[in-house]
Amino acid sequence: MLSALLVMSAIATVLGAVLGFAAIKFHTEGNPLVDKIDAVLPQTQCGQCSYPGCKPYATAIAAGEADINRCPPGGEEGIQKLADLLGVEFKPFGSDTAAPKPKSIALIDETTCIGCTLCIQACPVDAIVGAAKQMHTVIAAECTGCELCIAPCPVDCISMQVIEEKISNWKWKYPLQASGAAAAQISATGAAR
Amino acid sequence: MRKLHHFHGGIHPPSNKEQSTRTAIVRAPLPSRLVVPLQQHAGETAKPVVQAGDHVLKGQLIGMPDGFVSSAVHAPTSGTITAIDMQLIAHPSGLPNLCATLIPDGREEWIERKPVNCRERSPAELQNLLRMAGVVGLGGAAFPSDVKLRIGAGKVGTLILNGAECEPFITCDDMLMRERAADIVQGAELLRQLLDADEVLYGIENNKPDAIAALQQAISDSALNHEAIAIPTIYPGGSAKQLIRVMTGLEVPSGKLPTDIGVQCFNIATAFTVHRALALGEPLLSRIVTVTGNVRNAQNFEALIGTPIAELLALAGALPDTDGYIMGGPMMGFSLPDVHVPLVKATNCIIAASKKLFPPPAPAMPCIRCTRCVEVCPADLQPQDLYWFAQSREFGRAQAFSLFDCIECGACSYVCPSHIPLVQYYRFAKSEIRAREHDKQLADQARERHEFHEQRIEREKREKAEKLAAREKAVQAESIPGSQTLTPQQQAEQAELEARRAHILELAKSEVEHAKE
Repeated sequence: MLSALLVMSAIATVLGAVLGFAAIKFHTEGNPLVDKIDAVLPQTQCGQCSYPGCKPYATAIAAGEADINRCPPGGEEGIQKLADLLGVEFKPFGSDTAAPKPKSIALIDETTCIGCTLCIQACPVDAIVGAAKQMHTVIAAECTGCELCIAPCPVDCISMQVIEEKISNWKWKYPLQASGAAAAQISATGAAR
Repeated sequence: MRKLHHFHGGIHPPSNKEQSTRTAIVRAPLPSRLVVPLQQHAGETAKPVVQAGDHVLKGQLIGMPDGFVSSAVHAPTSGTITAIDMQLIAHPSGLPNLCATLIPDGREEWIERKPVNCRERSPAELQNLLRMAGVVGLGGAAFPSDVKLRIGAGKVGTLILNGAECEPFITCDDMLMRERAADIVQGAELLRQLLDADEVLYGIENNKPDAIAALQQAISDSALNHEAIAIPTIYPGGSAKQLIRVMTGLEVPSGKLPTDIGVQCFNIATAFTVHRALALGEPLLSRIVTVTGNVRNAQNFEALIGTPIAELLALAGALPDTDGYIMGGPMMGFSLPDVHVPLVKATNCIIAASKKLFPPPAPAMPCIRCTRCVEVCPADLQPQDLYWFAQSREFGRAQAFSLFDCIECGACSYVCPSHIPLVQYYRFAKSEIRAREHDKQLADQARERHEFHEQRIEREKREKAEKLAAREKAVQAESIPGSQTLTPQQQAEQAELEARRAHILELAKSEVEHAKE
C-alpha cells in the first residue's frame, strides 16, 4: 500500500517537473497564430479591412472576431491562403469590402506640394521624405500603395500610379493558347522533329 | 583517353548545322544606325554615362556597370549618340528597354587600347577589367564573367570550356573554333590563371571534327597543358550541368553551383573575348552570329553589337515566305517581337522561320501520363508532375518537385505525343514563384518598417509626456520660491497671512450658507 503510494507520487513529481520544465523551455510570447496570419497578409497597412493595420487584423482573425475576406490587397489568393492556414472554407469578398485593385504606388506632384508634412505623418511605413515647407517625395521602393497619404493632402498633389509591366518585372504568361513566343517555341520544336 | 560519363535522357533532333558551315565567318558591313541596349546581361541595367549629341569613339564606355551582377556597355564604333531612350529589344516580352542609339561616322576611330600584362596584375584587378570590358557569357545566358570568376576563385580544380553547341542550327561556336582556335586557347589559359585551376578541358560534340582538330592543333602549338575532348552528340549536352556530368562524372547538386564541386564552366566564345579584352585591351563590341533557317545563304557573321537583325537577315537573303524570326536555337530560343531589334551579346543565332520549315504545332491534347518526358529529362525530373502542378497553379508542390532544377531545354515538349507546350508551363510557374517571393520580400520589409514606425510614434509620445512632466515639476518648484531660504520671521509672517486668508474664506463660505437659508 505504502510502496504503491510512493511510486505513484514519485511518478507524479517527475512528470510535474518535466511539464514545468517544458512550460519554461517552450514558452511562446504572444499568440503564434497571429504571426502566422500576419505573415500571409500583404503588409500594406492600408486599413481597408477596418482594422488599423495588418497585425491588428491578424489578431482579430486569430480571436475569431473578423472574417478572412476583408483584405482587398491580398486578393482572392490571399483569402485562399488564409483559408488553408486556418482550415476554413474559402469566402469570396463581401459587398462592403473594396474590390482588389492592381498594385500601385503613390506619386507626389512636386510642383504642387506645399510641404505641409501631413502625408509624412499619415504614411504607415515612413516611405515619404521631406520637411516642413520643403518638397516631399515618395520612396518608390518602400511604398506599399496603401493610399493613406491621399486624404490628408490639402492640395491634392498625390496620385496613385499603377506599376507598369517592365522587362524587370515581366512574367511568362499562362500558356492558354500557343501564341507569340509560345507558337515559335512549339512550332520550332515541331520543325526540329 | 579520358573516360567519359553520360547524363540521364537527352534527345537527338536533326542538327541542321551543315547549311551555315559551308562558308567562313563574314564580317558584316557597318550599319547606318546602331541601337545598343544598356542591359544585355543578366543582372542590373548599366547606367548610361553619355548623352544624346555626344561624339563617341569605338570602344568608349557608354554604360557603367551598376551593382554586383552587372556589366559595362561600349560604343561598337565611332560616331554620334543621337538618343538614349526606351526601344524595343530582343526579349520574349516584346517590351522596350533603355537603349543608346548611335549613328556611325564610318571612321572606326578607336579609343586608346591598353593591353594588360596579366602576370603583373592581381586577380581582383583583372576581374574588374573584365567587368569594365563588358565581358559576359556568350553561350546565351549573358551572365557577367567577372562574377563567375569571383565566386570561383581558389575553389576550382577543373575549368571546362564549353564548345558543345548542342542546339540544332547554331554554328557560331563551331566556326569560331575552326577559325580562331589560338585566341580561344590563350583566353582559356587566362581564365585558368584567374581561377587557379589545375586542368583545362574543352568539351566539343563529336559532330564538329574540324573544330576539334583546330583546337587540338592550337593547344599543341601553344604548348599548354589543355585537353580538347570529343563528347557524344546528344541534346542538351551543352548545358553546363550536363556537360560537367559528361566530362567529370560529377553531378552539381540541386540548388548548388558548379564551383561548389570544384568545377567552373565558360563558353569558348567567352574565352575568346577574355583574350581580346586583356591581351588586346578591346572591350566586347562584336560577336559571331549564325543567320540560318529560311534564308538563301545561311552563314555566320561577325557583327557589331547593336546591328539591326533585319540587316543581317537581308545579308543572308531571307526568303519571301519567311513569317517569323527566332533568336537562339529552335529548342530554347524565342520569337523576336520585331525584326528590327538590335543584335545583343546573347544573340548566338537568328533563324528565319517559315510554315514549311516549322509547321504550325498540332493542338495540345490532354496528358496521357506516358512518361516519355521522364525518359528524356536530362535533369532527372518528373516533367508530367511538374506540368500538372504548374497548370493547376500548385506552385508550392511544383517547387517541392524541384521545378527550379529544370533547365528549360525542351526535350520533354519535343517528345510529348500530346504536343503539350510543357516548357511554357514551367516558365510560367517559375516566374509566378519568383514574383511571389519578391512580393514576400517587399511585405517583410513593409512589416519591419511599419513596426519601426509604430515604435517611433510610441517613443515620441513617451518623450513628449516625459518632457511635459519635467516642465510641470519645474513650474511647481518655482511657485514656492526658495521656501527654505526664508528667515524664521518671514516664515511666521507668511503663516499669519495664510491663516488670515483661510479665515476670510471661512467667512465667505458661511455667508453663502446664510444666504441660502
